[in-house]
Amino acid sequence: MSLLEVHDLKVSYDGRPAVHGVSLSVEPGEVVAVVGESGSGKSTTAHALIGLLPSNATLDAGRILFGEADLAGWSQRRLRSVRGSRIGLVPQDPANSLDPVKTVGAQIGEVLRVHGERDRRKIRARVLDLLARVGLPDPETRARQYPHELSGGMRQRVLIAAAIALRPSLIIADEPTSALDVTVQRRILDLIDDLRAEYGTAVLLVTHDLGVAAGRSDRLVVMKDGRVVERGPTSSVLAAPQEGYTKRLLDDAPALSARPFPDHPGGPPAIVVRDLVKEFRVGRRPFRAVDGVSFEVTRGTTHALVGESGSGKTTTARMVARFATPTSGTVSIAGAPDGRRFRRHVQLVYQNPYGSLDPRQTIGEIIEEPLRNFGLGDRPARRARVADLLERVALPGELAARRPRELSGGQRQRVAIARALAAEPEVLVLDEAVSALDVTVQAQILALLERLQRELGLTYLFISHDLAVVRQISHTVSVMSKGRIVETGTTRQVFSDPRHDYTRELLAAIPERVR
Amino acid sequence: MTRYLLSRAGQAALVLWAAFTASYVLLQLLPGDSILIKFQNPELGLSPQQIAEIRAYYAGASPLADYAHTLLGFLTGSFGYSIDTGTPVVERLAEALPETARLASAAFLLAVVIAVVIAFAASYSSASWLRGALLSVPSLFISVPAFWLGILLIQIFSFRLRLVPVIGGSEVQQLVLPVLTLAVPISAPIAQVLARAIDQVYAQPFVPVIAAKGASRWWILWRHVARNAVLPTLTVAGLTLGELIAGSVVTETVFGRAGIGRLTEQAVNAQDTPVMLAVVVLAAAVFVLVNLLVDVLFPILDPRLKGAAA
Repeated sequence: MSLLEVHDLKVSYDGRPAVHGVSLSVEPGEVVAVVGESGSGKSTTAHALIGLLPSNATLDAGRILFGEADLAGWSQRRLRSVRGSRIGLVPQDPANSLDPVKTVGAQIGEVLRVHGERDRRKIRARVLDLLARVGLPDPETRARQYPHELSGGMRQRVLIAAAIALRPSLIIADEPTSALDVTVQRRILDLIDDLRAEYGTAVLLVTHDLGVAAGRSDRLVVMKDGRVVERGPTSSVLAAPQEGYTKRLLDDAPALSARPFPDHPGGPPAIVVRDLVKEFRVGRRPFRAVDGVSFEVTRGTTHALVGESGSGKTTTARMVARFATPTSGTVSIAGAPDGRRFRRHVQLVYQNPYGSLDPRQTIGEIIEEPLRNFGLGDRPARRARVADLLERVALPGELAARRPRELSGGQRQRVAIARALAAEPEVLVLDEAVSALDVTVQAQILALLERLQRELGLTYLFISHDLAVVRQISHTVSVMSKGRIVETGTTRQVFSDPRHDYTRELLAAIPERVR
Repeated sequence: MTRYLLSRAGQAALVLWAAFTASYVLLQLLPGDSILIKFQNPELGLSPQQIAEIRAYYAGASPLADYAHTLLGFLTGSFGYSIDTGTPVVERLAEALPETARLASAAFLLAVVIAVVIAFAASYSSASWLRGALLSVPSLFISVPAFWLGILLIQIFSFRLRLVPVIGGSEVQQLVLPVLTLAVPISAPIAQVLARAIDQVYAQPFVPVIAAKGASRWWILWRHVARNAVLPTLTVAGLTLGELIAGSVVTETVFGRAGIGRLTEQAVNAQDTPVMLAVVVLAAAVFVLVNLLVDVLFPILDPRLKGAAA
């Protein structure tokens, strides 16, 4: 008998249907991956299973057979007996998924207390066991710490510890690693694998990244617009996808693409960075975020700075774009004027397309703002330029009158790129510009950036933690670790013949290629 | 932590000194004349010349020396003598302070209870009309003038229902209506901030994670949401103290209670500068101390601030 059988599940938001009759099953000890873009209904489906839909969503129809029971008809009160004890949840965003004012130990022990354990010593012993089990060194100290004192990967381990505390037979892992660095991502997925093998726990893995699902799941369920479009054993779906949508997801997954390396054209450098150092004061002792970084970027090419969070890559990018002053060292950008006009030559595109657009302005006003700031053209000329820029980033002209909240993440990032292009810069600094986007949208934005580079002869400094993305777009790469560049070279050299151990580790962390 | 405490205490001392100096200067500039008010009564039979002598007796050597003398007095705990009654200001304050302290602390506690009940009930109620109704209560409370509410309460509870005697009655009976009068407007900002903070905490991603552990709604509200929502509310609660002091002037006058409020009212009418100065500095001291306490409490309640405070 299946552990979980979902039949014809229907969910709507404010009366608008979002999930149209999804069926899926999970066998004991099995990993089933639910894959799709954002808006495909995969997360909604996962949350509906344990009755944790947002308040504006309703479960309209369907059966959720878990063991003997049909959870679909259960009250919240009855569902509470299943949540945490028989079905665990590993959430998406480790940064905000723990209560900031409670210790880590208290939040793991909470699962035991909620389900009736009263003996404090027993709870404490179990918490320490769990912390050790999920691979956190020095559990005694960890248990007393607060979430803000832990890194993202450590927090995700804590959340996993809470999810497995009562040895549930099913774990729902909702994008468990999409907010983490690649190397951390790999270790967390390994941990989930180990625990599954040890406890025989089944896992429902929700992800937008086929690359993650590929190596980790027994069966795949591909969702699009609230429907299951394809399902089957992972290996056969990946080897011979039947649906066009699945094929596209496969092509878009950066880890799975087998595109040839771009050729490096050569030519004069557009950016020259020499011995760049940035020190911050943390308390009384100085901390070197960037420690003697040098590199060159050829005009019209893309140079990638790769590294994990804390490696100093963003600080370097901010110094190149003159949003931070170096402690020592130089950045010279060929042809860039001084003062405010520097911004006409060098523009920055941020990671978060949700935060970088003023919610009160229309899209047209947002794109026009650099033109107004630099006094470029009169009103009709600026309007025409906005229309032209929208067309360049492949957005319909009507969007000019809309506001950011009406746009999707990918559309917003296109707007951010259009705004950066408005002042006709020659250098774009792209700080994790595609990291917050789904793989399909990511692929579209990368293609857009490539086209713009060809058409306008732009030079890109591309900051990313994701080597798979870097492989697609950049001509040359510098790998950063702890404020230093440990390896640099053409993309082909770095990817096919990595010299430094850290580069090898990063490469090994890319979800394995299946084709 | 020690450094944080020392710097906060230093700031507090500076604020107190500034409050003292500002009110001293303002009271000196006041056009009124306390000596004239007290001694011009024809029954005393004082000639203008005698009044001028009295004035010279009260005046110091120079304005600056006066200021220094008064400041030194305040630092050593002697607030001078009331011009109106001739008794030491310290004595008059000591008489009035316990009454007001009882009234204000009871009112503050009641305000917190009212605020918590409104905010919790609003966040716990699933019917949106009930929620809306509950959330509009604070706006109503804040727009009610204290003197009007006081008179209304006396009308209803003392004259109509005869539940609380206007004169006489036990200590508790005398306290009930003034406390209510003072508590209602003060509960409003606390309730508003608490309700909004609760809503914001509910929107945090960690709340569904706790629900996924099997926790009940009450468990989530009490152990997590309320605990997080206390932080912004505490700041506002500290700031309502100003209203508490201002409100006690009106309340004590309306209900004819002795206390700092009444003392202030009498001192203003008599242009009794030393008493007024002492009252202002006392109010400032209480305000500064309470907010210092809030600042000290913050890092204890929010572990994220410990790093910042250290």
